[in-house]
Amino acid sequence: MNIVVLVKQVPDSGAERTLSASDNTVERGSASNVINEMDEYAIEEALKIKEAHGGEVTVLTVGPAGATDSIRKALSMGPDKAVHVQDDALHGSCAVATSKVLAAALGQLNADLILCGAESTDGRVQVVPHMLAERLGVAALTGARKLTVDGSQLTIERQTDEGYEVVTASTPAIVSVWDTINEPRYPSFKGIMAAKKKPLQSLTLGDLGVAADEVGFAGASSQVLEFAKRPARNGGAKVIDEGNGGGELVAYLATEKFV
Amino acid sequence: MAEVLVVVEASQAAGVKKVTLEMLTIARTLGSPSAVVLGGAGAAAAFAAKLGEFGAEKIYAAEGDEVDGYLVAPKATVIAELVKSVQPAAVLLGSTQEGKEIAARLAIKLDNGLLTDAVDVAADGTATQVVFAGSTIVKSKVTKGLPIVTIRPNSTTPVPAAATPAVEQLTIAVSDTDKLAKVVERVAEQKGSRPELTEAGIVVSGGRGIGNADNFKLVEELADLLGGAVGASRAAVDSGYYPHQFQVGQTGKTVSPQLYLALGISGAIQHRAGMQTSKTIVAVNKDAEAPIFELADFGVVGDLFKVVPQAAEEIRKRK
Ligand SMILES: Cc1cc2nc3c(=O)[nH]c(=O)nc-3n(C[C@H](O)[C@H](O)[C@H](O)COP(=O)(O)OP(=O)(O)OC[C@H]3O[C@@H](n4cnc5c(N)ncnc54)[C@H](O)[C@@H]3O)c2cc1C
Ligand SMILES: Nc1ncnc2c1ncn2[C@@H]1O[C@H](COP(=O)(O)O)[C@@H](O)[C@H]1O
Repeated sequence: MNIVVLVKQVPDSGAERTLSASDNTVERGSASNVINEMDEYAIEEALKIKEAHGGEVTVLTVGPAGATDSIRKALSMGPDKAVHVQDDALHGSCAVATSKVLAAALGQLNADLILCGAESTDGRVQVVPHMLAERLGVAALTGARKLTVDGSQLTIERQTDEGYEVVTASTPAIVSVWDTINEPRYPSFKGIMAAKKKPLQSLTLGDLGVAADEVGFAGASSQVLEFAKRPARNGGAKVIDEGNGGGELVAYLATEKFV
Repeated sequence: MAEVLVVVEASQAAGVKKVTLEMLTIARTLGSPSAVVLGGAGAAAAFAAKLGEFGAEKIYAAEGDEVDGYLVAPKATVIAELVKSVQPAAVLLGSTQEGKEIAARLAIKLDNGLLTDAVDVAADGTATQVVFAGSTIVKSKVTKGLPIVTIRPNSTTPVPAAATPAVEQLTIAVSDTDKLAKVVERVAEQKGSRPELTEAGIVVSGGRGIGNADNFKLVEELADLLGGAVGASRAAVDSGYYPHQFQVGQTGKTVSPQLYLALGISGAIQHRAGMQTSKTIVAVNKDAEAPIFELADFGVVGDLFKVVPQAAEEIRKRK
């Protein structure tokens, strides 16, 4: 099975994140950048499917030059090769435009199965998988907590507020995964060494037949007008339990009219 | 006044969800609200009264297996056709998995911008979003097409405004590509009478400090006494104390209740991401230095196994 895994590089959610004061885009220069956590689960799932059914795993990233670090890290887990779409014109792209570029790249990769994270930690938009399905005309099985592959038949379980749904489709399809689906492997030393030599193809917008003004600020379908730091919360009263902590807690809830 | 389409979030079990009433409330400031009900046969009739109570002037319905038997694609097709015919001022959807997915497809079908996770939409279509773990407020606008905006649950207080909507059945014309992802089974997992996590006015969450699955009874008991929902930190979920759908935080649900009670939770930045915009935060933790106290309006430094049962007892006494 020919599998493509979408991997996005994002600012580390454990560190301070901000928008850039000059153009209101996510600040990626000063932030420490990592693989979007949910995408590690997609990589793991791809590797498991390859181990069971054979095939090839390709990592696909649309992002700035610095995203190469995350691509090499992704490769060190075990995928065979990577494609990195990078072009200065991409800066400022909205999700609609990003999906156009991803779809164009996927158009050249002939995937049976596209795996990706359910959402990215920077935007948390959760829209790219369905945008791609819409553009490519393939099935979308999103939010999987479990994926079964039986020949060309794919079945997922997807959590809902009421319980879960079982959804099926045939390949070609795109499947997005939550972190409940597996436990991503740590790259081995051998994997890290091997990743340095794995093929990494770099593509520009021109290679994909996407015009520069369809992406970036020029092609953006939405715009951040302004942003501001939310006032930080200040800790309030703190009592030490000396035998009546529960009572004091309820007294507080009562003054706030919760009981 | 131009129509504003509100894509209804509802379920047989829970009825019309609160986020729908919030969307209707916001929609009234933008134009004339029309509710769009997509679901199984009879869905519109079941929800009409409630939708009218909160100001739906009209209800568009698309019902049956053609829309309900597949993942979101048919729903997006139906709404896209409706948008083309009524030319609404805006489309509002819930910022839920399904709401975002429908919005994603709509944006591509209509070659239109979209904004997710908004907490408010101004009359000119400018949306307010809270991003980066609740640390930053952003104002954004769709610059291509009409505003397609998903609204985060618990963003505003639903305000009733009686209307008597007529139900208009839509013709459903979906393509074979819309039917590629077939829902073969819907399994209801056991769920008590607790309110839904993202919509609850009160959320009581437990963390690693709860110690094991059995002890989560303590959290549930307090939640039930307060009429709240139960949440959990990722550490609690990963340790198997509580199911994943109740996880609060960056990779779980975002909640914004009136009261958030954190029991045995340290307050890691990724946990804060899901609860930082709560109105009032109360924490119980035995470590006085736990970061959760930096954002708690009221904190008790102590052993939760002493504090929580005592609090429960005290609430019972007051009832
Ligand atoms: C990419 C990424 C995404 C993440 N997403 C999420 C997410 O969505 N949600 C989330 O919650 N976390 C998330 N995390 C994990 C997060 O970083 C923390 O590890 C997690 O929130 C810790 O959970 P906790 O507070 O329950 O556990 P701990 O940090 O272990 O804290 C337990 C607390 O309980 C207290 N305690 C112990 N015993 C008692 C007692 N008897 N009485 C009172 N207090 C007691 C301790 O003092 C301690 O403060 C994510 C991490 C990453 C890297
Ligand atoms: N620029 C990108 N490059 C590669 N994959 C991406 C990119 N943006 C989004 N994705 C994929 O789409 C998933 C959902 O992202 P989002 O819709 O932005 O929340 C992510 O987990 C990634 O797998």
